[in-house]
Amino acid sequence: MREETPETVYTPPIIGPGHNYRTLTEKISGIVLDRKAPIEWFLLFGVGFIGSVTLLFALIYLLARGVGIWGINIPVGWGFDIVNFVWWIGIGHAGTLISAILLLLHQAWRQSINRFAEAMTLFAVTCAGIFPMFHMGRPWFFYWLLPYPNTMGLWPQWRSPLVWDVFAVSTYLTISLVFWYIGLIPDLAAFRDRARNRYARAIYGIMSMGWRGAARHWHNYETLYVLLAGLATPLVLSVHTVVSFDFTVSIIPGWHSTMFPPYFVAGAIYSGFAMVLTLAIPLRKLYHLEDLITMRHIQNMAKLMLATGLIVGYSYIIEAFMAWYSANPLERYVMINRAAGPYHWLYWALILCNLVIPQALWSRRVRNNVVAIFFIALVVNVGMWLERFIIIVVSLSRDFLPSSWGMYYPTIWDWATFGGTIGLFIMLFFIFIRVLPMISIFEMKQIIDKPEVSIE
Amino acid sequence: MKTRSLLYGFLVEFANSETLKEGIRQARREGFRKMDAYTPFPVEGLHEELGIHYSPVPLIVLTGALIGGIGGAFMQWYSAVLDYPINIGGRPLNSWPSFVVITFELTILFGGLFGAFGMLAVNGLPKPHHPLFNEPRFDLVTQDRFFLCIEATDPKFDHEKTWRFLENLKPEGLYAVHDLP
Repeated sequence: MREETPETVYTPPIIGPGHNYRTLTEKISGIVLDRKAPIEWFLLFGVGFIGSVTLLFALIYLLARGVGIWGINIPVGWGFDIVNFVWWIGIGHAGTLISAILLLLHQAWRQSINRFAEAMTLFAVTCAGIFPMFHMGRPWFFYWLLPYPNTMGLWPQWRSPLVWDVFAVSTYLTISLVFWYIGLIPDLAAFRDRARNRYARAIYGIMSMGWRGAARHWHNYETLYVLLAGLATPLVLSVHTVVSFDFTVSIIPGWHSTMFPPYFVAGAIYSGFAMVLTLAIPLRKLYHLEDLITMRHIQNMAKLMLATGLIVGYSYIIEAFMAWYSANPLERYVMINRAAGPYHWLYWALILCNLVIPQALWSRRVRNNVVAIFFIALVVNVGMWLERFIIIVVSLSRDFLPSSWGMYYPTIWDWATFGGTIGLFIMLFFIFIRVLPMISIFEMKQIIDKPEVSIE
Repeated sequence: MKTRSLLYGFLVEFANSETLKEGIRQARREGFRKMDAYTPFPVEGLHEELGIHYSPVPLIVLTGALIGGIGGAFMQWYSAVLDYPINIGGRPLNSWPSFVVITFELTILFGGLFGAFGMLAVNGLPKPHHPLFNEPRFDLVTQDRFFLCIEATDPKFDHEKTWRFLENLKPEGLYAVHDLP
């Protein structure tokens, strides 16, 4: 151990030196308007495209043959589809946390990561939505979930958490989209004014709705922005709460627990920050954004990941304690089954990924090492996926009567659909960074306009 | 004079938000009221310098949220109690705790949508064409320049006097903006 010198406690700034309004505009909009896409862009887009085509193929085959091509059966009726749904929805949460909660808390460092984190939210929720939609078996009847006047004289079942989930997720997607688009308008206007290509100018012009930066407009705009943040904050906490209701309201051992809502929300933010870091670290390298997405951002997100990871770890421990303390043999068996049952290796992999490896972030040396943080973020992504698998599949596979137990094995189609959504996510994300400002230009200018806001 | 009738206003260019604010203060002291400032990002306190203290947006959001919340609660109550009552295990028809989630979600949904569309409507957007876009320098408003426009409809607006007043502000640029190019 070397001694702590002032150099090691140095906190990096949230914006590199030497930036003014013009350099910020040129740097961020130049990625789209002036420079050709780097070769890596084509490679990653290509990977995403192949994944998306795989997804399309898997879904078409699913529609032709039915959900029997998946590994789900009785007793495990919720397999990869619901695991992946919860995983993707959770990933979205960090975007809203960064854009809404950190805005309300006046965290100036959020400004350079909120835009692409919000885009990540949108794409993650899109991927999430695919799973329950196709799990329905007859997705063309999805509108039966909505209250609309129909000749059958029926209404949705308001007492069902699954109907709550429809409302929660669709509201989340809509509000995230609105928040993201409203935030984009001034930057689209900047693109309109800088674009030299006639068509680009016209398209950005239409999308920016004729924004001209009037003080009157900014006043209404900022008022709305803060109000939307205020609405999105309880919304984001409610979404994973409602997702957890899908489980807690049932009576399956391991699911029927009052701890689930906060545990799910913490896990969602944990996995979300892991995904933001997974995206931010290669992006800043690829587009040389180290002066806009600085080590400060990486470190702050790593700290938030560590903090939410500790809440998640605490939940694992309380879950085990409550299983014992409840004195309920079925609840106790759930824990024994997780740790020593047929899926035990997944449980221990989960503990390793979510509880053990992220503890490395306590070390300042690790938090200064981008590669290490990237690796930990990937591990957490895997860990959070395993968590959902264990909650859903392991509980369902052995519920009450041993005579009704059964194993779940995913099929090639489960993997193709899951991998396909990852591809779709990558493709959408790379289209986004090619055509839209991935960092909020006007909010970055606000930072350098107010030097009294601590940049250090 | 034909051009005069098409004059939208005089546009003054500043290099930063401080000189812009100073320009606004002087113009207000001169008695101009029909003017607006244009900036690349929201400048704190700028609307107050211009005498704008009120935004209808919070009221619009509240209206939307109330419509969503009350409408959502009513919809569930109406369908569960009046239109399609089902007795499930003798539980009350108006099982309101189950209705909380959807009521909450609809409150947020309608509040947010009303706010977003309301903000655009209050600002008169989308408006793809505006006389100010006729001035090529105005392209910089989304980059690094700060503008103040005194509109020709202001009762105190006078072609020569206003121009001379604006020249005295020592701006980076001064342009007459016309409604048609």
